[in-house]
Amino acid sequence: MCQFENGAFQKKESSNFDFSISKFSNYQIFKLVTMNLKLKIWRQKGPKDNGKMVDYPISGISPDMSFLEMMDVLNDQLVEKGDLPVAFDHDCREGICGSCSMYINGEPHGPGRGITTCQLHMRSFTDGDTIHIEPWRAAAFPVIKDLVTDRSAFDRIIQAGGFISVNSGSPVDANAIPIDKHDSDRAFDAATCIGCGACVAACKNASAMLFTSAKVSHLSLLPQGQVEARDRVLAMINQMDEEGFGNCTNTGACEVECPKGISIENIARMNRQYLGAAISYSPPKATGGGD
Amino acid sequence: MAATGLFLCIFLLGHLAGNLQLFMTDEAGKLQFNEYAKFMTTFPAVKILSYLTYFSIVFHAIDGLLLTLKNRKARPVGYAYSRPDKNSSFPARNMAILGSLMLVFIVLHMSNFWVKMHWGELNVDIWLDANGNRDLHSVVMHSFKQLWYVIVYALCMVAIGFHLWHGFQSGFQSLGLNHPRYTPIVEKTGYAFAVIVPALFGIIPVYIYFFG
Repeated sequence: MCQFENGAFQKKESSNFDFSISKFSNYQIFKLVTMNLKLKIWRQKGPKDNGKMVDYPISGISPDMSFLEMMDVLNDQLVEKGDLPVAFDHDCREGICGSCSMYINGEPHGPGRGITTCQLHMRSFTDGDTIHIEPWRAAAFPVIKDLVTDRSAFDRIIQAGGFISVNSGSPVDANAIPIDKHDSDRAFDAATCIGCGACVAACKNASAMLFTSAKVSHLSLLPQGQVEARDRVLAMINQMDEEGFGNCTNTGACEVECPKGISIENIARMNRQYLGAAISYSPPKATGGGD
Repeated sequence: MAATGLFLCIFLLGHLAGNLQLFMTDEAGKLQFNEYAKFMTTFPAVKILSYLTYFSIVFHAIDGLLLTLKNRKARPVGYAYSRPDKNSSFPARNMAILGSLMLVFIVLHMSNFWVKMHWGELNVDIWLDANGNRDLHSVVMHSFKQLWYVIVYALCMVAIGFHLWHGFQSGFQSLGLNHPRYTPIVEKTGYAFAVIVPALFGIIPVYIYFFG
């Protein structure tokens, strides 16, 4: 923590930061540090437009801004000039929704680990930097406009098998089904996937294996997910291939760039389950009674 | 890819065990090596293994090519600015290029030794050694006395080393063989394999060039 005392700016290892005005009253000079940056942003009018990188110099950016706030400032300036603002996805701005898909300076969600673009702060850059901003690039994620891509391929993968079939009825008692703590931890780790698509964006093959394996794992690790485990893994991988994602070559880039730290051990688990199901299982067809 | 790749790792160990006999450059070593070469080309069980090896190489190469083409299609428009070095290793990103280099090497290598051993004319004066076996030992000695071949061989061993650096543990991961206790051991074994095996392969021609 920082504290102003007797004309000196001191760093203190204290959590009791005193915000009282009297502490600051002797200070006449508060220098506001701002940054001037050169942005290179992908502009594309629509899905069929070729698109190109466009330069936008921007000034007066506070290091404390989030990256999306910087984009807001840019868009304000563009609107004031009568230009079209840069279209980009955003929603919660707290790292939960997975909307803010931007490939910044050659990495999904920019520099820094375990963060989404909205959690990236401008202090990660220095005055005078050039920042390249592009949309996710994958055949399965077509660009709709500027930095906005269509990620509904992920929805269709989940629809293919990322669920458990439970007939509604009275609620089951808590802890009625014993679950190993380690399994529940691993299932929860996998379930933290927010479906942002950074794994696909980072992968040199535009593979969706980390996403799909996280969705497979978070269900198949739990007893409730066992019933449909074999159908699920076959259907979800089949859908993943149909969407046009590439294959996993185990570079590990997805794991490094994942804002939620999803491990590639999930990919191994999915491979294991897929091999088992593909070799030993053929989905039965109902011959009577069922639909 | 994983199954054939890991099988080819085992093949490399067997191949290396045979090659290490080439450190014996004297007459006795020559006779022993030629006897070994005859055994390797005629013994039925070894023949079965060798056909499995040919199949693995061809399958691994064709499957790798098809997967690479499919993976390229998955990203038709690339990034204007990308920093893959921030999140992945050089060998992991360049398996196809390293594999292609190895394929070129395998063709060169087999045309030099394998074809000659099986059917071709040996480019030495006497084709048969004192025991009446085809004199592969002299062919090897002759080849490794050529500087360009020694350099190409050594460089290809570097490519194989990089390929194995990623490929060994990647094979286990693709087969789903991942475990918190054993994966670190597999990774370390893979790194050791990727350094030691190509290094031993590569030292042989250098040794023969200088001391053979």
